[in-house]
Amino acid sequence: MKRILALGAVVLTTAALAWAGADAQPKAGGAPKPVITKAVKGEQCVEPTDIMRRNHMEFLDHHRDQAVIEGVRTKKHSLKECINCHASEKTGSVAAAKDDFCVSCHSYAAVKIDCFDCHSTKPQGSVAMHPLNAETAHYKHQLAAQANSKVSAEEMAGVAQ
Amino acid sequence: MSELKSMSDNTPNSPERRRFIGAAAATAAGLTIAPGVILVEVAHGRSEEQGASSAVRWGMLVDATKCATGCNDCVTACSTENGWTPVAESKHAKQAPQWIRKLELQDPLTQIETNLPMMCQHCAEPPCVDVCPTGASFKRADGIVLVNRHTCIGCRYCMMACPYKARSLVHESLNDTQKADVPRGIGCVESCTLCVQKVDRGDGNTACAEACTAAGHNALLFGDMNDPESEISKRLRELPTKQVRADLNLNLGVRYHGI
Amino acid sequence: MASITFREVEGSSLKYWLLFGGLGLFVLFGALAWNTMHHHGHVITGMDNQIVWGLPHVFAVFLIVAASGALNVASIASVFNKPMYKPLAPLSAILSLALMLGGLLVLVLDLGRSDRLIVAMTHFNFKSMFTWNVFLYSGFFGLVGIYLWTMLDRSVKTYSKAAGTAAFIWRLTLTTGTGSLFGFLVARELYGTAMLAPMFIIMSFAYGLAIYLMVLAAAYAWTGRPLGDAVMMRLKSLLVVFVAAVLYFVVVQHMTSLYFTKFHAVEAFILRDGGIFTTLFWVGQIVIGCVVPLVILLSGLGKQRTWIMIACALVILGGMVQMYVTIIGAQAYPLDMFPGLIEKSSFYDGVVHGYTPSMPELFLGLGGVAIALLVTVFAIKVLRLLPASLDDATVAKLEH
Repeated sequence: MKRILALGAVVLTTAALAWAGADAQPKAGGAPKPVITKAVKGEQCVEPTDIMRRNHMEFLDHHRDQAVIEGVRTKKHSLKECINCHASEKTGSVAAAKDDFCVSCHSYAAVKIDCFDCHSTKPQGSVAMHPLNAETAHYKHQLAAQANSKVSAEEMAGVAQ
Repeated sequence: MSELKSMSDNTPNSPERRRFIGAAAATAAGLTIAPGVILVEVAHGRSEEQGASSAVRWGMLVDATKCATGCNDCVTACSTENGWTPVAESKHAKQAPQWIRKLELQDPLTQIETNLPMMCQHCAEPPCVDVCPTGASFKRADGIVLVNRHTCIGCRYCMMACPYKARSLVHESLNDTQKADVPRGIGCVESCTLCVQKVDRGDGNTACAEACTAAGHNALLFGDMNDPESEISKRLRELPTKQVRADLNLNLGVRYHGI
Repeated sequence: MASITFREVEGSSLKYWLLFGGLGLFVLFGALAWNTMHHHGHVITGMDNQIVWGLPHVFAVFLIVAASGALNVASIASVFNKPMYKPLAPLSAILSLALMLGGLLVLVLDLGRSDRLIVAMTHFNFKSMFTWNVFLYSGFFGLVGIYLWTMLDRSVKTYSKAAGTAAFIWRLTLTTGTGSLFGFLVARELYGTAMLAPMFIIMSFAYGLAIYLMVLAAAYAWTGRPLGDAVMMRLKSLLVVFVAAVLYFVVVQHMTSLYFTKFHAVEAFILRDGGIFTTLFWVGQIVIGCVVPLVILLSGLGKQRTWIMIACALVILGGMVQMYVTIIGAQAYPLDMFPGLIEKSSFYDGVVHGYTPSMPELFLGLGGVAIALLVTVFAIKVLRLLPASLDDATVAKLEH
């Protein structure tokens, strides 16, 4: 008798879970999809997007050991330079708001970021040093110059870095 | 392109004007970048692919006879450059990091007072490096003793081991107030880095030494102790200097005159 | 040992569940304390840049040292072939594993970046005694685990002596390593001495045995199994020797330091001028930890079980105080960077550093103790670790 009851409980629980799980698929529940805001500077990233998406951590890991232990301060895979390009225009940061560049993907993938306990999330000082910026540093100037509608004072202030 | 040819020089969208604006913009961009390039050359800084080299040994000479009583310029400069809160402004003074501090010494027999800044001595044989379980506390090839915060587990053994009380633990979250050039974070240990971020980009000097010189005291001199022609090497040959706790035989990177 | 039957603790009385639950509650508090400390940082603790290692380290080092010493009884059985100790060996092994677990947990959870334990397991600096300790502690679990297996599983009984010897040598190395953690620090006057390693070893003997005695007596009293005087008296005499040895080491350490003029100031701090530290040293470490237990155990009172338990408790308390004075007292005294000069700074140079333990630290430490006891309580119940009877008759049969 006990065994039948136990078996029955197992079957019912499994069925309930399956029913609950099945229903969830079509609904768009769960984490908000990541917002990949385009970087305001530069035409492309230092590596192709699909490679970056999967391997950015490897680049960062290798570079950080070289930078800290050996003092090699190349800019290509430098976290600071990533931040310089990818900082959100709204928050000025890569990890302040939920849809900022690093946080949006990482919260979707549920992978905790350890970087920003120590690293600043905001660019500071001259952002013109990145090689990619040399051609496109005034991209926004060009945008503003070609605008057909009026450019507001705040936009111009934001452009004049 | 006939439309272009028909435009005169005075119209806003003329090619000549565009070229002028383009040239002006390029000059402006060049002028922005140029100072960095020039500084790199003047301070014979390394290129960014080059790592730190043991051909160089960074060190500091402190002239305690020139250190002014009550002056905290070096401490202020360090806290500004590296982004730590000066202890006077800290809510938890006993837990506040202090990368550099002014020591006031008094001889009980003669009442003679001496002032000097005390910071990480960048030992050639650092006890903190010996005891660190993960190797996070390490000595770079050019003699700067650093904490690799990627590997620091916050065990504070280096703080126990340091004979100069140079190290501090970051006791609370810094809430994104760090300088972009100076990452530092909760739970990790830190100390004077000889402004490694400035050294690596070729500034050739530390914030504290710059501030002391700017204030006119000239008590701090930073430089390459391996270069016999450097300012610091020449001064070290002129002035008698001592190492703090010299009996420990740690071969310090910071030498003091006047103690 | 055909005459000794080992049996699990049968039945589950209300008292057992209350004990289990009570210990579990303290484990929970310890976990909550860790969570708070990890979330807010060490700013909520009493530790600062002057007192760098605080109450959690006192608990952790005490438990680790006691763990090593708790294995003593088993070592005497297997390595030194004393038949009367053989039935006492399994409990000794499990207790030592449990205490080590509790101590290590407290140590590891107090790290500034306790989420980086993997880093500590994968990055090694072989000049650091801390790194060696990582291997020593892990190896300890392995070796004592194997040793316990040889005691429980008849098919591998023949390896008991080899396993026991390996565990014995390993734990002497481990305790030497723990003492050397402090002994290798040249910066502080109260550290940087080779004395600390053997002193930690002898302290481990005393604390480990005191804890073992209390756990043994409690286990037998609460399970209604007989524990004869033969066992108690033998262990009590052993404890007397160990406590006396601890006192000897402390005396020699301070007498030697007192001989050097350069250590006069720091010795005066510990022995006379240190306020709370002086009180803890004399009253806690010397009187409560050594003198009173010796008096109790050597006098007629030592024949009564209650008084033996009191003496054990005092040894344990005195041991905790000794750890406090050793770890925190040494940090309270400022570094002497300019001998002969008076130092002053914004970084508390030249002044004695005060320390007030905080609640999270206390509960983290107690959580470690609770885990150790919880593991022991659980193990005794489910494994055949306790002899069914340790009365004088049973024990006498072993002596042949």
